[in-house]
Amino acid sequence: MSSNKIYWKSVEQLDKESEVVQKLEQNEFVEKIPVDEFLGDEETLSESSTNRRDFLKYVGFSTAAASLAACEGPVIKSVPYVVQPEQIRPGIANYYATTIADGFDFASVLIKTREGRPIKVENNPDAPTLGGANARVHASVLSLYDIKRLQGPKANGEDVSWTDLNKQVTAKLKALAATNKQVVLLTQTFASPTTNKIIEGFKEKYPNVSHVVYDSISSSAALAAFENVYGVRALADYDFSKAETIVSVAADILGDWQGGGHDSSYTKARIPVKGHGHSKMSHHIQFESNMTLSGANADKRVPSTPATHKKVIAQIYAQLTNTSLKSDLNPEVQKAITNAVSRLKASKNKGVVVSGINDLAAQEIVLAINNYLQSEVMDVAQPRLIRQGDDKAMMQLIEDIKSGKVKGLLTAGINPGFTLPNASEFILAFEKLELSVSFSSKEDETAASAQYIAATPNYLESWGDYEFKAGHYALAQPTIRPLFDTQQFQDILLKLSNSELTYYDLIKANWEETILEGKPWSKVLHDGYISSNTNIEVGEANLINIVSNLKNLSANSTNGMALVLYSKTGMGDGQQSNNPWLQEFPDPISRISWDNYLTISSADAKSIGLKNVNVANGALNGSYAQVKVKNKTLVAPVLIQPGQAVGTVGLSFGYGERKGLNDKMQVGVNAYTLYNNFDSVQEVSITPVDGFHEFACVQLHNTLMGRGDIIKETTLEIFNTKDKEYWNAIPKVSKNHIEFEVTSPEVDMWQSFDRSIGHHFNLSIDLNACTGCGACVIACHSENNVPVVGKSEIRKSRDMHWLRIDRYYSSEETFEGDDQTKDDISGLSDSLTTFGQMEKASENPQVAFQPVMCQHCNHAPCETVCPVAATSHGRQGQNHMAYNRCVGTRYCANNCPYKVRRFNWFLYNKNDEFDYHMNNDLGRMVLNPDVVVRSRGVMEKCSMCIQMTQKTILDAKLEGRQIEDGEFQTACSNACSSGAMIFGDINDKSSKVTELKDNDRMYHLLESVGTKPNVMYQTKVRNTDQS
Amino acid sequence: MASHYEASIRKPLVTGDKTYHDVTVDVAAPVEGKANRQWWIVFGIALTAFMWGIGCIIYTISTGIGTWGLNKTVGWAWDITNFVWWVGIGHAGTLISAVLLLFRQKWRMAINRSAEAMTIFSVIQAGLFPIIHMGRPWLAYWVLPIPNSFGSLWVNFNSPLLWDVFAISTYLSVSLVFWWTGLLPDFAMIRDRAVRPFQKKIYSLLSFGWSGRAKDWQRFEEVSLVLAGLATPLVLSVHTIVSFDFATSVIPGWHTTIFPPYFVAGAIFSGFAMVNTLLIIMRKVSNLENYITVQHIELMNIVIMITGSIVGVAYITELFIAWYSGVEYEQYAFLNRATGPYWWAYWSMMTCNVFSPQFMWFKKLRTSIVFSFIISIVVNIGMWFERFVIIVTSLHRDYLPSSWTMFSPTFVDIGIFIGTIGFFFVLFLLYSRTFPVIAQAEVKTILKSSGEKYKKLREGKK
Repeated sequence: MSSNKIYWKSVEQLDKESEVVQKLEQNEFVEKIPVDEFLGDEETLSESSTNRRDFLKYVGFSTAAASLAACEGPVIKSVPYVVQPEQIRPGIANYYATTIADGFDFASVLIKTREGRPIKVENNPDAPTLGGANARVHASVLSLYDIKRLQGPKANGEDVSWTDLNKQVTAKLKALAATNKQVVLLTQTFASPTTNKIIEGFKEKYPNVSHVVYDSISSSAALAAFENVYGVRALADYDFSKAETIVSVAADILGDWQGGGHDSSYTKARIPVKGHGHSKMSHHIQFESNMTLSGANADKRVPSTPATHKKVIAQIYAQLTNTSLKSDLNPEVQKAITNAVSRLKASKNKGVVVSGINDLAAQEIVLAINNYLQSEVMDVAQPRLIRQGDDKAMMQLIEDIKSGKVKGLLTAGINPGFTLPNASEFILAFEKLELSVSFSSKEDETAASAQYIAATPNYLESWGDYEFKAGHYALAQPTIRPLFDTQQFQDILLKLSNSELTYYDLIKANWEETILEGKPWSKVLHDGYISSNTNIEVGEANLINIVSNLKNLSANSTNGMALVLYSKTGMGDGQQSNNPWLQEFPDPISRISWDNYLTISSADAKSIGLKNVNVANGALNGSYAQVKVKNKTLVAPVLIQPGQAVGTVGLSFGYGERKGLNDKMQVGVNAYTLYNNFDSVQEVSITPVDGFHEFACVQLHNTLMGRGDIIKETTLEIFNTKDKEYWNAIPKVSKNHIEFEVTSPEVDMWQSFDRSIGHHFNLSIDLNACTGCGACVIACHSENNVPVVGKSEIRKSRDMHWLRIDRYYSSEETFEGDDQTKDDISGLSDSLTTFGQMEKASENPQVAFQPVMCQHCNHAPCETVCPVAATSHGRQGQNHMAYNRCVGTRYCANNCPYKVRRFNWFLYNKNDEFDYHMNNDLGRMVLNPDVVVRSRGVMEKCSMCIQMTQKTILDAKLEGRQIEDGEFQTACSNACSSGAMIFGDINDKSSKVTELKDNDRMYHLLESVGTKPNVMYQTKVRNTDQS
Repeated sequence: MASHYEASIRKPLVTGDKTYHDVTVDVAAPVEGKANRQWWIVFGIALTAFMWGIGCIIYTISTGIGTWGLNKTVGWAWDITNFVWWVGIGHAGTLISAVLLLFRQKWRMAINRSAEAMTIFSVIQAGLFPIIHMGRPWLAYWVLPIPNSFGSLWVNFNSPLLWDVFAISTYLSVSLVFWWTGLLPDFAMIRDRAVRPFQKKIYSLLSFGWSGRAKDWQRFEEVSLVLAGLATPLVLSVHTIVSFDFATSVIPGWHTTIFPPYFVAGAIFSGFAMVNTLLIIMRKVSNLENYITVQHIELMNIVIMITGSIVGVAYITELFIAWYSGVEYEQYAFLNRATGPYWWAYWSMMTCNVFSPQFMWFKKLRTSIVFSFIISIVVNIGMWFERFVIIVTSLHRDYLPSSWTMFSPTFVDIGIFIGTIGFFFVLFLLYSRTFPVIAQAEVKTILKSSGEKYKKLREGKK
């Protein structure tokens, strides 16, 4: 509504004729501007090289240029996920559904873009297959803004134009084709139907070309076993939500085993719901050498050597099918097998056995067992296609390159120059080829020694189509125009095949022809996926080799020490090792960041003479050890890992000094050099080396010290049979000799205010569902512009993560045992020795994970102590932090019982001392404009993603509607694909979080302190045997 | 004179048959004379330490608190340890000048001036730390309730840190006024003796035009008494409030109701030790052995012994209550203090604070000047460790074991501490050369009360 009121500026206006008023109205400037004086001063004018007109021109041009550059939106043809924007509106985020498929990680994701730039990866919750992104996928948006990315194509080390590169490569290809010299296309697993067609077309054009697929971490044996049994080269898919008994033999089912992404189905069966009568959850038995996430979450973990694992599989098969097979396993393992078999028998088709042994016989027997059980968990009709690598073909290829049989090699999406065990030999041969082309986004070892580097875009700048598993398709669309002069592998291949079409054209044509089945393209592109129930034709299981396989598996192998190579949660196969978020991400098990290390059992460490020590400021140091596998050696730092099977050591892939990486990212040792024959198990000898390695570990104390109220636990049996008071009692406090629960208003000194109006946010964390995967940690890092501080600062216990996942080991066999030990302490001298012993983790401990962020206490200890009231409580339950007001006394952090507050010890952005993404313009593009970047000297902490809840509230208000349950989210709850984190409004009585608040399993962390947090935990229930 | 009653146990407080003039000359000597080599050497060392400290402070403020050894778990360590240590040291001055005045303890007269100078100088050191320990010290004025243009921003009166601001500033201002009031007649004395015009000008300014009339003296007495009455509660309140920084928190080892009396006793304990340290040197250097006698040192040693024992009882009470409370976090906090990774700090504290003052039960030891000097140093080391133990060992292992870590200082932490010691001595050394270090006007009032001189004269005649 416009108003016609005229506001007077002075009394003079009363007289309309007034000269003064008229003068003022007509002249913009009351006083004469001394233009003449300024322009008349010729000396000054001639001295300045920029005159006023020029200056205005510059300003005009640069403003226009800056706004043009900033407004450059995503490619028009792509379709955003949520709202179709008429234009890019500043301040409004657009979401695009796309797919990551880097050959190791495959997932359907949503990309949040602001002002045309992708800033965050989120799960695509609607996608039925691989819709949950792991920590690496969440971090992948930062890899888009990696300054070490290739900015354009190169030929022999010089920048070149794409036309020239195409011309030169085509000429060479033609020459090679003319003489029929063998050329090989060596690629990652694309799992892309259209890419397959393009490659076929390329091979038609150049008949001398053959295609080899290479996975840097191989699943070749499982693929071969599946092919032998079912006739298709693929991997069986597993739906662990259907499982009652899971027996895993060296399969890290919560990690990257067979392409990963099993955790969301796994956790579905791990949450006991107390319904009528009996609640159920799956039972998980894990035989493994290294301590993995799967072992940490298992109900029964049997540390065992790889040699044992083969026998375990044979024994399980034999006992299940009542085949007689001699066993020389030790009684403990034997007992675990017997127990596993009886559980499998009881679970019938709800039982499943899985294995991660890269051995054909073992994988065939596993398929045989599941076949025998008629396991519903295993899906062979829609198998996974996201691992295609063929070890044999790869080994043959290397031989052929070395012998000179192959004259040309084109690599795409892989870096064999680093990931092959004999990388240096490969590089030497590669350099001698007549044609070598590397399709790569980084100038890595392979690219650096190739004649041509075809710079490829990040997946967020690319088109793509994928078939994760038979019948389950996903689409990738660009979310931003390519930042650099890059071209997709497929497009170049098409050009080399002399095709006019682009990859996009082909995807669309191919999909409309074979996949869409009449569904609109735009709808599918919007969703990012399409699924059908089409099964592939698998024959009857062809199990012919059982007897020989059993014999092979039971055969005694040598008894030396075994090295078990694995992929680390944060680094995977190492593609994203230039990603500072991932380098700083603490490993969920060891909680060490910026490193890989040789994990060893304490018994072995003692006998070899290896040590872990803490220095004066608490930081962890580890001895160096020489690792010798056949004729190769490397020196790696040692971490004494509780739960590591005696006689084994572990080392993770993805680290080591390499090309195309910032100096600060050159950490760890390269385990690929020991990956002989693509077998993750190697015979090894370990000898100590002088000196200590400095680790950057964020958790220096590993045990829970018998503090059972921090992580409350119970067993399924007690949970089913006893009252809540027995296993989840609220602590009591005595007032006038009457006992009150600490939550009672009777023992509350604070004046409370009416909380029933408006929203009141709570976050529930289910300790049963949390696998410790760390996706939430990265999501939080990304959403909240949390700085990266680097190895030396982490080592000083100055990590900045707002959300951490605490990992505890039991000191006795179980945590229950710890509590018992503590309760049994009598007397001073006993407590002195016992507490000392409780600081040490058990040889095979129970493990518990606990995500901890600001608990948003309603009675917050931090709020009362801040002298300037920089931290105060919000009506919606959040504990606010006003960064601008903070003077940095750190009193709040000291007084926080949860130690979740993080202080900006230094300036972490635009500071050369912290040369990570926040120190360059490209890297800063990832910053979330909704969250302020904190300056030096202020305290920061979890805000319960107030920018997200506030957005939801405002959107609903604009649209004039009620907010539905599930609309409120935080970055962590959004990232959690296992359903462990549920966020919502407890004033909405129908919300899920209200239900969880009233759940029997609910407890608050350190309830007895009386802080009344708005974050709650759900008691961990273990399905342990009662024996 | 025959009717003069002479207490058999009361020894003269000033020895050496001093006349009024002798007192004037002795007190004015350091001001009027020239500094000797030793003074310059000590001053040079102190100044160097001070400059080094300033360098470290500049480095901290320009780069960040990250230059210290602190971390996510231990947010305070040397900074607040030093703060509490210096505040504690300050307490003796006020106690000697105010409380002993009210109790008419005349032996205080020889030492109260320097003790109070020590108070003011150490409170200045203490006041530095709350400012420089801030992440953004340039905004330190935000802790003052100043009406401002930032909107409705106001300080948080719930915060013990804010109480500290008031407590320390009140303490500093009251002490300063009290000290200066006492100085007026003495400055006037120096003014009257001064021969150089510049010196005369300065001291006449400092003496606020003291004329020595009877009315001046009367008002002087009244003001002294009123200020003594005001300052006495401060002796108790300042360290009580400092202890609230810890006592009102929720951290096991901090959240302790015994803290206020325990801190006050500790403060007096460390303050007296520091007075001993300073005066044992000063009486030698400035030839004041006749004023600051062994008797003074002995009396102060007795105070040290008593307060040390109170502190010892407090330590043991803490342990007992931790056990008796049945709270596992509390129990572990104290067990960890005594036997955890910082056991050496705890036992240093115990040895220095509880065991070492017990030697003072022996008259021979408490009247030994060398021994007193050693113990005074030991006690101050012990009291520094007490604060370190309370702050660091409580924080480094609190509730969630996942956050447990250790603290180790950097050269900056150490440099700033050394810098404040340097600053303190710079101030004290300047003071000792420019101020009347003994309240000569007051001392003159007790000169005759001993009657020793006349006794000697009479005995000499016989």
